[in-house]
Amino acid sequence: MSAGCEVIVVGGGLAGLMATIVACENNLRVKLFTLLPAKRSHSVCAQGGINASVNTKGEGDSPDIHFYETIYGGDFLANQPPVKAMCENAPNIVYLLDRMGVMFNRTPEGFLDFRRFGGTRYHRTAFAGATTGQQILYALDEQVRRFEASGLVKKFTGWEFLRAIIDDNNICRGIVAGNINTQEIEYFKADAVVIATGGLGMIFGKSTNSVICTGSAQSILYKQGVKYANGEFIQVHPTAIAGGDKLRLISESVRGEGGRIWTYRDGKPWYFLEEKYPKYGNLVPRDIASREIFNVCVNMGLGIDGKNQVYLDVTHIDRETLEYKLGGVLEIYEKFMGEDPYTRPMKVFPAVHYTMGGLWVDYDQMTNIKGLFAAGECEYQYHGANRLGANSLLSCIHGGMVAGRKIADFIKGLEKSCDDIEGRVFEREKNLVLAKFEKLKSMKGNENPYQLHKELGELMTENVTVIRYNDKLERTIVKIKEMKERFKNIDILDNSDFGNQTLFFANQLENMLDLALVITKGALLRNESRGSHYKPEFPQRDDENFLKTTIAIYDEKSDEPQITYEPVDISLIKPVARKYD
Amino acid sequence: MKIRVIVERRKTPLSSPYINEFEVNVEESANVISVLMEIRKNPVTVTGERVSPVSFECSCLEEVCGACTMNINGVARQACSALVKNLGNKIYLSPLRKFPVLRDLIVDRKKIFEGLRRVKAWIPIDGTHGLGPGPKVSEKIQRIGYKISRCMSCGVCMEACPQVNDRSNFIGPAVIAQVLLFNMHPTGAMIKEDRLESLIDEGGISECGNAQNCVKACPKQVPLTYSIAKLNRDTLFYSIKRLLDS
Repeated sequence: MSAGCEVIVVGGGLAGLMATIVACENNLRVKLFTLLPAKRSHSVCAQGGINASVNTKGEGDSPDIHFYETIYGGDFLANQPPVKAMCENAPNIVYLLDRMGVMFNRTPEGFLDFRRFGGTRYHRTAFAGATTGQQILYALDEQVRRFEASGLVKKFTGWEFLRAIIDDNNICRGIVAGNINTQEIEYFKADAVVIATGGLGMIFGKSTNSVICTGSAQSILYKQGVKYANGEFIQVHPTAIAGGDKLRLISESVRGEGGRIWTYRDGKPWYFLEEKYPKYGNLVPRDIASREIFNVCVNMGLGIDGKNQVYLDVTHIDRETLEYKLGGVLEIYEKFMGEDPYTRPMKVFPAVHYTMGGLWVDYDQMTNIKGLFAAGECEYQYHGANRLGANSLLSCIHGGMVAGRKIADFIKGLEKSCDDIEGRVFEREKNLVLAKFEKLKSMKGNENPYQLHKELGELMTENVTVIRYNDKLERTIVKIKEMKERFKNIDILDNSDFGNQTLFFANQLENMLDLALVITKGALLRNESRGSHYKPEFPQRDDENFLKTTIAIYDEKSDEPQITYEPVDISLIKPVARKYD
Repeated sequence: MKIRVIVERRKTPLSSPYINEFEVNVEESANVISVLMEIRKNPVTVTGERVSPVSFECSCLEEVCGACTMNINGVARQACSALVKNLGNKIYLSPLRKFPVLRDLIVDRKKIFEGLRRVKAWIPIDGTHGLGPGPKVSEKIQRIGYKISRCMSCGVCMEACPQVNDRSNFIGPAVIAQVLLFNMHPTGAMIKEDRLESLIDEGGISECGNAQNCVKACPKQVPLTYSIAKLNRDTLFYSIKRLLDS
């Protein structure tokens, strides 16, 4: 195999775009499949920044410390070698983005400025105002447009991934995708496929995620035999604002720049995080901050105005600094809450935010299906049981880079190209999807899919987020299975053959139900507390039994995940108790 | 609270528009997206007719992705940041007029992205291999660059611009502003002339009629007229220089 081979990248966020760029640099031609123009991918929502230990503040920070803190912050559940590689690559990545023209904030001397984030005491986070994800996404989108102009990239915008094409030797040879507008369903051949489809917040109904983050692609692949790892690890971000349609993130960078969390106790402001965690204060990792806020509101009943909310206060910081460093996020608060965060403390509460688990991949970003790679939030590799703030943009870009390089290596070693595979393999997979969509189209039951989705979200948010109890998890599994039955009785609502969003949504919903089972069953079986996964009945971390990666494999007979465990590679740092006080 | 929503719909790109009127019950704090989501859960019009759910594009719901742009009571804006309580008890929704409609409230805005390609809105880097830090950029340049770089290609400025219409192929204010962003950057400036050249061509900066609607309409306060004014000067100098050099 050599120049001119075609690869497919699914997803136009940071991971997908970076994989695309590196693939092009390796002379591969890329078909890029995205639901929306890449510029509208969920990476735009990342606010605070991207971590890289370049030590420009003279604090003695280094990639080794970044590595240690990432492993420690993730409660030792991540395999260590790839995390080390990511932290070592981080300074290069930030320099690269700088060269691409990302408008990072600057010091008076013109150097990149860095700020503090959770789980560290170093200034390690490069940032572009409070819309860093947007700024980095745009830079990568621009580079991809450059390759598009030179003919190496062909974009399939508005096409949704519907199935991987896996041949008789268990090698991925392409995908089946559907056009959301024209409703065409077609197969596309490729010598390697990179899945970069982001997180799955929509399974929780309302979250900080964009509505396109359904986890549908991951679920489809799981049902096609791809291993799904650490599903139960879902990050709940401590500070978001409530809305009827979504929960909007108020970035951790607000606390990084000095924002303080408090509520009233005995009529006086109580800075409970600062009091309990004097060393890290408001910048304890997210799982800890979320549990504390939850405890103060739900168990102690001390939420502001008797509601589930606490104050996030920046009113002591001068307006000029706030505007320059946090303008984008304060604007969101102002626009959606109608209150001025510069003069009145913001009211916030935890919300589902990030998917630490995901498609299982090896250190080359390849899944257990040869030729099928995954990068970004849709895979599980870099964050263990809890992700540190500002590590997500980093892991997306790093993972995308690794994937871009490794697909080139993989294709060099391929004996047969996708063009040598019999046509029936492609037809077979396409026909499976066509049959499924025909069936969906004919559904005229009495369940509204959007209503069913709302119920799934409420069920998951109530039972599978900050605090988990085994009896509730068991009941949740029963309920999800009931919903899977109810799904068989949905009404597709729309009989149109053009722009039929309900048809595609119904397909996503069915996939969400299956991943909800993976998440909940994984949570039920993990009888310990680690990172974001917290069970009051088992409040301690149990390394003896659970210093293991959860692996879910789809069992067709029972239509349920089979859960097994794999050892974690702890070859570089010995696990110790995780404490921030 | 109960509100009436009147939606201008279309089944396919070529079919004629029709109107559906809905009544929905939403919370005081709801936005237009929540209204459309409620309609999906029970797509029945005020006359009791069961219809298909309204198709609309949206993604981030926090006004950074630009997807949910539509005309709301005749004004182009993002549906996510349009709070119902500020819109009166009747809300009129229609698709953007300056872009081809696909279905209902969904339009095809690919011409914005084609414009970005035309003006080479990128930094020409050698590659992703390690070459150390980028050029130093002053805080002053960063502040103005960041403002331009927040443009989310939503199309509101083009909707507001009288020069963007069926009879012109004006690339629009958003794309022009991006030229300034990349020409300001030390590396981007290395192909500055290419970008200025693309602005002189047909449909370029000379089509601007200086109505200044764009800058008022932009949801992100991108300095559009500032950028156009600067580039007017730059393209003029460039044309003169080109003339003298020829």
